[in-house]
Amino acid sequence: MVTMKKENSRRSFFKNISLASLSALALNGCDSKALTEFLQRNFRTLSKKEKNDIVKNLEVKYKETYGKEFHVSAEPAMEGVLFGYALDLSRCIGCRKCVYACVSENNQSREPQIHWIQVLEMEKEKGIDLAHSNVHYNPEKVPEKGKSYFPVACQQCRNPQCTTVCPVKATWQEPDGIVVVDYNWCIGCRYCMAACPYGARHFNWGQPNVPAEEITTEMHYLGNRPRVKGVVEKCTFCIQRVRVGKYPSCVEICPVGARKFGNLLDSESEIRYILENKRVFVLKQELNTQPKFYYFFGI
Amino acid sequence: MHKNYEYIKRPVVLMAFSLFLYIGCRQKEADNTKLIQVPEVKEASISIGEAQENAIELPPFSDGIFPCSDCHTDLTPNPVKRELVDMHDDISAMFDHDKENRWCTDCHDLSNRDFLKLASGKLLDFKESYKLCGQCHGEKLRDWKVGVHGKRTGNWNGKKEYLLCVHCHNPHSPKFQQIAPEPPPIRQEDIN
Repeated sequence: MVTMKKENSRRSFFKNISLASLSALALNGCDSKALTEFLQRNFRTLSKKEKNDIVKNLEVKYKETYGKEFHVSAEPAMEGVLFGYALDLSRCIGCRKCVYACVSENNQSREPQIHWIQVLEMEKEKGIDLAHSNVHYNPEKVPEKGKSYFPVACQQCRNPQCTTVCPVKATWQEPDGIVVVDYNWCIGCRYCMAACPYGARHFNWGQPNVPAEEITTEMHYLGNRPRVKGVVEKCTFCIQRVRVGKYPSCVEICPVGARKFGNLLDSESEIRYILENKRVFVLKQELNTQPKFYYFFGI
Repeated sequence: MHKNYEYIKRPVVLMAFSLFLYIGCRQKEADNTKLIQVPEVKEASISIGEAQENAIELPPFSDGIFPCSDCHTDLTPNPVKRELVDMHDDISAMFDHDKENRWCTDCHDLSNRDFLKLASGKLLDFKESYKLCGQCHGEKLRDWKVGVHGKRTGNWNGKKEYLLCVHCHNPHSPKFQQIAPEPPPIRQEDIN
């Protein structure tokens, strides 16, 4: 480790004191709550009590903003759980119901629009051809003859590149395998977006906007709580749902049952049955990102 | 010394044997619970639409059609394959389930219309229709039992709700119909 040389010169004293007074002046405009939030440490370094205080404060704040009761959770990962996901490509009909169920559950901004799930349309005869896929397909009815559909969201890599490039450690992999973002700690540099080979991270270019009557009030600090302009967000396997035992929203909405979810460490789970009995593949295997999101052809 | 040893030997052997039996039984019990994953059908009223997406309910009958015996008791069964007119002509019109080779009474019992019928002749309640489907689609039945074919809702680590085959597939015309997709994402060039 490199140790920084301590400099106690008169020059550095003046430099620091002027910086400190400038920041004090800048922060003077904020009320005490905003100040506390601004000075909040990285989520991972907080004690249980500190986390609880923070989520309680957020509940109050959101109630003031949206005029509704909210429940914000800081539920930690369950012991002995590693989440995995499987998607049956032969069943997907490209209806995009998952896209909008996700938007609604996870409070993605409606305008400007953010979608965590992209459904790619491909020519069947070309196989899995990401380069020529089309995300804007819009026929009257799906599935269309000769087309196949390929939904892509965060692949929840075991070896995620997005987290390693983050200069402030605002994104990391939780013990249950979910890659999360602390929106309070994110500085919006978008390095993670550049590092992600799946286009799974999305940036709030504008002030996100979710209508109060549509907002999902059951929240997790690391999941679907409202974001602000200038931070990155991504799929969390619906962390607010799966950490209390529920299936992710996209699994429950899928009209053809193409989406499967469960605990990779439980040999009795659906996901393990799929891994053991179906031929699965991961997207861009050659990059060694080791996704926990598996694709397969059920028929 | 030797006598003492004999004295404790018998109960110990007995205890070990009963423990062995106990473990054996428990094992069997545990195995059974694992194997039986067939869903239980709730005794609930038939509801069409949203509600049946989330819970297993009774099979989705058309309005006022069940019990079949209401009409069929007074009719003489006619096993001849034919195009139906008047009653059930809607089913005749849509029927697309190996149409060439099959006919109503391959699945519906000829003499007791309130029951389905397996190839073996065994009568089957409508609630167990998945067994009938499984006669031909065994692989699908196997996948469905473990939650891989079809949809499960509820808890990934606990209580789950299932759908029967017939909740998603019309048994008379099982192929999925096309549906309208949700709107595509906004194109980058269309963002103001």
